[in-house]
Amino acid sequence: MTGTWTLVGPLADIPRQGARVVKTRNGCIAVFRTAEDEVFALNDSCPHKGGPLSEGIVHGTSVTCPLHAWVFDLNSGTAQGADVGQVPTWPARVEGGQVYLDIGQLG
Amino acid sequence: MTKKKLVVIGAGMASGRMLEHLLEGGGPESKNWDVTLFNGEPRGNYNRLMLSPVLSGEKTYEQIVTHDDDWYEAQGIACRFGEQITQIDRERQVVVSKGGETPYDALVIATGSAPFIIPVQGKDLPGVCTYRDLEDTNAMIAASRPGAKAVVIGGGLLGLEAAAGMAARGAEVTVIHLMGHLMERQLDPSAGYLLQKDLERRGIRVHCKGATKAILGKDRVEAVLLDDGTVYDADLVCMAVGIRPEVRLANDAHLEVGRGIVVNDQMQTSDLAIYALGECVEHEKQLFGLVAPLYDQAKILAETLNGNTAAFQPVQTATKLKVTGVDLFSAGDFAEGPGREDIVFRDPGRGVYKRLILEGDRLLGAVMYGDTADGSWFFDLIKQGKDVSDIRDTLIFGPAFAAGGAAANPLAAVAALPPEAEICGCNGVCKGKIIQAVEGGATTLDAVRATTKASSSCGTCTGLVEKVMALTLGDSFTANANPPMCKCTDHTHEDVRRMIKAQGLKSIPAVMQELGWKTVGGCASCRPALNYYLLADWPLEYRDDRQSRFVNERNHANIQKDGTYSVVPRMWGGVTTPAELRAIADAADKYNVPMVKVTGGQRIDLLGVKKEDLPAIWSDFNEAGMVSGHAYAKGLRTVKTCVGEQFCRFGTQDSTGLGIKLEKLLWGSWTPAKVKLGVSGCPRNCAEATCKDVGVVCVDSGYQISVAGAAGMDVKETELLCTVPTEEEALEVIAAFAQLYRENARYLHRIYKWVAKVGLDWCKDQIADRATRKALYDRFMISQSVYQTDPWAELAERPADWAPIKTLTLEAAE
Repeated sequence: MTGTWTLVGPLADIPRQGARVVKTRNGCIAVFRTAEDEVFALNDSCPHKGGPLSEGIVHGTSVTCPLHAWVFDLNSGTAQGADVGQVPTWPARVEGGQVYLDIGQLG
Repeated sequence: MTKKKLVVIGAGMASGRMLEHLLEGGGPESKNWDVTLFNGEPRGNYNRLMLSPVLSGEKTYEQIVTHDDDWYEAQGIACRFGEQITQIDRERQVVVSKGGETPYDALVIATGSAPFIIPVQGKDLPGVCTYRDLEDTNAMIAASRPGAKAVVIGGGLLGLEAAAGMAARGAEVTVIHLMGHLMERQLDPSAGYLLQKDLERRGIRVHCKGATKAILGKDRVEAVLLDDGTVYDADLVCMAVGIRPEVRLANDAHLEVGRGIVVNDQMQTSDLAIYALGECVEHEKQLFGLVAPLYDQAKILAETLNGNTAAFQPVQTATKLKVTGVDLFSAGDFAEGPGREDIVFRDPGRGVYKRLILEGDRLLGAVMYGDTADGSWFFDLIKQGKDVSDIRDTLIFGPAFAAGGAAANPLAAVAALPPEAEICGCNGVCKGKIIQAVEGGATTLDAVRATTKASSSCGTCTGLVEKVMALTLGDSFTANANPPMCKCTDHTHEDVRRMIKAQGLKSIPAVMQELGWKTVGGCASCRPALNYYLLADWPLEYRDDRQSRFVNERNHANIQKDGTYSVVPRMWGGVTTPAELRAIADAADKYNVPMVKVTGGQRIDLLGVKKEDLPAIWSDFNEAGMVSGHAYAKGLRTVKTCVGEQFCRFGTQDSTGLGIKLEKLLWGSWTPAKVKLGVSGCPRNCAEATCKDVGVVCVDSGYQISVAGAAGMDVKETELLCTVPTEEEALEVIAAFAQLYRENARYLHRIYKWVAKVGLDWCKDQIADRATRKALYDRFMISQSVYQTDPWAELAERPADWAPIKTLTLEAAE
């Protein structure tokens, strides 16, 4: 794997079907944990009106924005259904119970 | 030629298999080894996997021994059982035990793993065991007298086998599991739900989301205490929460150790003369707990020792639980991930759940419960990485279909049913009878229900009935006008509510399985609704699922457009004190609140609070004697009052006092949508009670209670429910009406919308009937005994949960 992996914390600190945020110099990144312990990292800002995606309801590998219910695929960051938009995503992985992000210069 | 000395530490399943490969089938080279086998346990190799049948009484220890004394003798192995190795001297190539020093040319470490002991008070009490070896098994057998109470901590593979074994011997067993569902590493929540149901049917109690706080007892174990205060009596406690590689010897010898002893593809450690295999090793950052890869390692190591080239390649593994009568299978990778898709099949009637995980044209994983006959076929597809695009449409139906069965058209399947096939099990209605009814003029679902009773009880067969109708009516069939709850299901809100009660469904996975949900984990629309229905119908049994709540209820504050929150402390009946106002002012200063505003419901709103400050501000308010105002809740918001007879020259009753009493009665209750009340002291109605969900207007003779007002998107005056002479009756009527709404309305419907559907007259009848009213009131109070708690007090104790998990901005700031 290439890139620089930054340790963000234990997987156990992120609720299943929930998210926690990582604060960076360029805003927050939402780190999601699915019901099946997969992790995904997306910018914590909906392209619609900037809603914090980390506060959305996580279902399957999607999240619904808490402000106006846009739905995003956590894999690609693409808006689903009739809405058009894209949220930047970041590589995330779990190793030894710890979550790592590859957020390059931000880390 | 002199033989080379091979020392093996540990007589587990991996080393046993390795010795077989090395000595039996190894060719002439194999005769070059002079083997000494050490084991900490006072016995040789046995099939540890078969301890569960020993525990349950289906097998004896003798039946699971894999290598007996004769075999060791025939192979010329010097056995040193019950003798622990205390040190490896790498320089001199000797191992040290109480019997002295034993030299080696090659050393194999196969120390396996040690059970993980959770560090709680009481963990060393007599009666606490793990589940690893024959001693543990015998301890459990001895303790499993009929009627004895056993607690198993850990609902994974091992824990459940321990639980089932002890239950089979007559013990009363409780399983405590930290996670939300059993075997969460192998199963998804739906399969976990079915498993739990099966175990409960055998009398095993299952407590998920249970964290062990302490093991209680004086001289020996007596009970287990959980974080949530639950206490389970126990004569025996078995800890089966996991294992970790036993690496102490390797550490002391300064071999390279990560989580396990690091080995290369030839099972060689960082010392060229030392090898390792089994549960104690780490290969390419991976640990191994299932037996299949361990046997592969055994083969590779035997080859290596015999001078052949071979390389260990971990393969996919499949899991089965060894509990008689429980059919589950999981294989491959079933985590959700980029580009992955699910195919889900559920048969609620048979308790069958199947889920396949695909990536592109390949099958990645499979989870099956109830019907695992096709498990090995799927496992093969996974291992071979076969292109399944051709058979994808019918893949979930297994090899029979893939071999060229009929197309899996759901209508075709129904069409193929004979007329006497039963469609509705509750009412014994067959397909022919439904066709008859439809041909006789019943062209809507309601009409079919009225004439045949089909799908009118539990409702699970609604989809089937509709398919029969569609087949009979052809193009003129129109599906139920009432739309389904969401895209995850064909059932309406009303049907789901009815079936939750009729079938006694008490968890979200239970609803999704039994009602045939079409998605794996629901969506943002159905999950909050299901969570509400379950907590409203089963207040004592269901546990609120925080992750199925909308942000405001999850964070107990209203999210604002910029991601900050608003905080509203409760002011009972809109009455406050100088001390409370000072506390609010202090908090506004302390947390730099950009706006303080009086709300329409007579409360004070602090707007623009940062998420990470929420626990602290709540804690400050708690200290000043204030609790959450639930301004965010689909629940009781506010009771707005006028000053009433205490000050007002027109007031007829103590409207402020009644408002406070109402708020103290109703606060904390969850409802389908928000609920706002008003109490006016006279018909001048200064509290604007007649556009609330429930409004009380006081008159000389008593209290006029009216309901179903609105002052939002719709504006509507309330309608009179009843007039009562006393305050006590007013309180009982309103609580009973709130419960009627809680039990019957669909999620997100305000009271006025719900009343329009069911009719005010029906509501009046329910409330007018004394017995019904009293029963509603009693059920409301039962729910309040659970839910009338201040969330602020509880959540303020966990401030870390509200902060970012990590802050990476500090360096930049410096």
